[in-house]
Amino acid sequence: MQIVIVGCGKVGTALARSLSQEDNNICIVDVKSDVVHQLATENDIMGLVGNGASYSVLKEAGIETADLLIAVTESDELNLLCCVIARKASKCQTIARVRNPMYSQEKRFLQRELGLSMIINPEQTAAAEIASLLGFPSALGIDSFAGGKVEMIRFRIPAESKLNDMALKDVNAMIKCDFLVCAVDRAGQVEIPGGNFVLKSGDVISLVTSRKSAKFFFEKIDMNTNRARNTMIVGGGKITLYLAKMLDNLGIAVKIIEKNPDRCRELSEELPSATVVNGDGSDEAFLREERLDTMDSFVALTNLDEENILLALLAKKKVSRKVVTKINREQLNEVIHNLELDSVVYPKLLTAQKILRYSRATKNSIGSNVKTLYRLYDDKAEALEFAITENSKITGIPLRQMKLKKGLLISAITRNDKLLIPDGQTEILPGDSMIVVTTHLGLQDAQNILAE
Amino acid sequence: MKHSSAIADSIKRGFDMNHSMIRYVVGAVLCFESIFLCLPMLIGFVCGEKSAFAFMICAVLCLVFGGAMVLRKPKSNVFYATEGFVSVSISWIALSLFGALPFWISREIPRFEDALFEAISGFTTTGATILDDVEALSRCCIFWRSFTHWIGGMGVLVFVLAVFPLRGGNIMFLMKAESPGPSVEKLVPRVKNTALILYGVYTAMTVLEILLLWITGMHFFDAVNLGLATAGTGGFGILNDSAASYASVHQVILTVFMILFGVNFNIYYLILVKRAKDIWHSEELKTYFGIILASGLLIAYNIRHIFPNPLEALKHSFFQVGSIITTTGFSTADFNEWPLFSCSILVLLMFCGACAGSTGGGMKVSRIIIMVKTAVKEVFTIKHPHGIKTLKIDGRVVEHETVRSVNTFVVIYALLFAGSALLVSLDNFDFTTTFTAVAATINNIGPGLSKVGPMGNFSIFSPFSKVVLMFDMLAGRLELMPMIVLFSPLIWSKDR
Repeated sequence: MQIVIVGCGKVGTALARSLSQEDNNICIVDVKSDVVHQLATENDIMGLVGNGASYSVLKEAGIETADLLIAVTESDELNLLCCVIARKASKCQTIARVRNPMYSQEKRFLQRELGLSMIINPEQTAAAEIASLLGFPSALGIDSFAGGKVEMIRFRIPAESKLNDMALKDVNAMIKCDFLVCAVDRAGQVEIPGGNFVLKSGDVISLVTSRKSAKFFFEKIDMNTNRARNTMIVGGGKITLYLAKMLDNLGIAVKIIEKNPDRCRELSEELPSATVVNGDGSDEAFLREERLDTMDSFVALTNLDEENILLALLAKKKVSRKVVTKINREQLNEVIHNLELDSVVYPKLLTAQKILRYSRATKNSIGSNVKTLYRLYDDKAEALEFAITENSKITGIPLRQMKLKKGLLISAITRNDKLLIPDGQTEILPGDSMIVVTTHLGLQDAQNILAE
Repeated sequence: MKHSSAIADSIKRGFDMNHSMIRYVVGAVLCFESIFLCLPMLIGFVCGEKSAFAFMICAVLCLVFGGAMVLRKPKSNVFYATEGFVSVSISWIALSLFGALPFWISREIPRFEDALFEAISGFTTTGATILDDVEALSRCCIFWRSFTHWIGGMGVLVFVLAVFPLRGGNIMFLMKAESPGPSVEKLVPRVKNTALILYGVYTAMTVLEILLLWITGMHFFDAVNLGLATAGTGGFGILNDSAASYASVHQVILTVFMILFGVNFNIYYLILVKRAKDIWHSEELKTYFGIILASGLLIAYNIRHIFPNPLEALKHSFFQVGSIITTTGFSTADFNEWPLFSCSILVLLMFCGACAGSTGGGMKVSRIIIMVKTAVKEVFTIKHPHGIKTLKIDGRVVEHETVRSVNTFVVIYALLFAGSALLVSLDNFDFTTTFTAVAATINNIGPGLSKVGPMGNFSIFSPFSKVVLMFDMLAGRLELMPMIVLFSPLIWSKDR
């Protein structure tokens, strides 16, 4: 597929890297020549220095033959303009990043009238992710499939858990409900486990299950499943605004700490039910005064990654249920991994992931479709949901007779909106939705699960 | 001495470079050389020559060594500029060593340093020979000489990139290290496709030239050899008098194609994708043709008395100008005997070289343009100390990085030139011979003036001078940096 990416910020860079590894022809456009040159030498892509909203620049980037344009510059208006011009210049699909809440409210209108395929709002995406984590604090991360019917829950096995030293087949025998352990991260090594795999405390496991079964599962292993009662958010940016509204709907009490008094006033106007406090969130005494220890969850959303990390480390000792840390830069990944920060949210990566999912789904219109895609464990594994169509070659064969790739597991099937945990006898039928977890990155088609 | 001990030292301690990737790239190059060697082998067998066996032995050797190196996939794909430059220079040295073997094994060139000189001269598209009598060579050896020009012209790593499944983003460094010019641009997003397009255009033009030469009455074998040698802007002739005894029409065809192969291949791509209008924006192309036209006319006027009619003078003048500026090095006349003014122009053209992104050598027209514009800018800043003036080519701002790399290039070029000239002067030849021998090898031209003129050859030099000139040829073809990097202790030291 031929893709033009306008804007080489963090999202643009992440997208260019991932998409070029998936055999797409990428052309990046940005006004900053040094960024373009660096990206173009580090990856097998073409770079172009110029304004992406200019017709002649887009033409030089090959917009006339491109299949997809992704506009992810700093400016919303520029992104929209790029998409509009691209639509006029060719038949390509367009994706724009729009972060201004004002425009976001008019998403549908913009999308329809400007002919955009997708409008993505990173802050809103991040807020939704954080909200779902607070709704299920035992999990490190939750990804949903099949419109929320199936969830993949990631959690760390606590010390002295029942699950310690248990083989997976024994876990299945002990807990009778629909679930499947589909990936395990042990000290940075990601494995797709079989029935004889023995779990250990400290493993981060991914569980495919439904919301109801998840509750049952966690009760069986003595883990709390209730949502957080209240939360403290430090930093009053855009994510906070979206998040507070979502939490309000979930019935979670919100306390927001923000430095800037003017911003506090704005927030209190927008969020009548939230407690807005003006003060320095990095001041330990101040946080104590605001009763951090009575909170059962904490979200660090300041603009500084380092401050967020420190706040999270502090809050981990005081808060009982959940600490979420927002991190902008990917470069600190390795350090963060060792800190065991509880849940970490990368808004830029979430955005990139969402666009990646879209591009992979557009790429295949024949045979089957990638409906959903999640990158797991720092991009070491992927969970994909495929829609199975009539002409798919893998239908009607019992799973045991299929020769699957190594490091790949068919984790769940949804049939008529019902979750089905597959075993050897299960056959895949047209109309099913199949969820696959694998360490082979970049599967494009349901048939790719077979060993070559 | 300090130098080599630093290398030995770091070899002992292990490189901090990704040497498994370097090994893999060099292995791939050798595998392809083994395939290339099969062509002269076949020709040898068809003509019933004994030397064909030498080619067979070398092809097998290459396959064994190369195969062993690519058998295991590299441990990691981490690949930076250092690895790129080192793999390119090692690849070229390996390529030349194995390419020299057939000459040596078949005893057609009995001394190994001579065989290596001939092979390096071939791959670097220099065309300087150590043979007194080229015509005495067997046909397969003659073909191999011309074929090395063709392989080296566009670059063997570009070929590897086009057909070999090398993954990883940074493979662009390989192409950068091998392709001539101050800044290498991709034609299409993927390196692989860019390389395929380049080789496609290159092959098509070569075939066209061979066909034209053949239809106009040249012997097929001669046409193929001259075609390959012009395409790579090499210049190995297959007759002792280079191109002097061919018919006028052939000389004209050669002139045209030499000049065409000295043009940036991006231009041909633009024509292919029907953006021919854009090529007239190319300052480099206009300057290149301008230089050819001006020098051709000046020399023709200067040598009008030597030839019976002005047309003849024009033909010889343009042939020589085209041959020297594109760094091919064919000759139709002994320009050694021409007036000093003409000789001086030719020597200047040696340094100028062809366009960036072509198969030619030399400093490249685009570098000259950047240097001249930098000089003009300096004059401007003397008048307006606080004035701001941006450097533009084709209406685009030239990055500071590019200007800096051009300056560095010129400095290293001058240092290498001076050093080589000093070392070669140990042989105690006259100044013109020494100076032009170095100029002809570092710029990948072939013939120089005086004793190394079109009718002379490089066999007169001592083995030591030959080694110096071999280094110059490789450094010139790879545009200095890769060879400098390979022999720089800084790169090989783990601690710095």
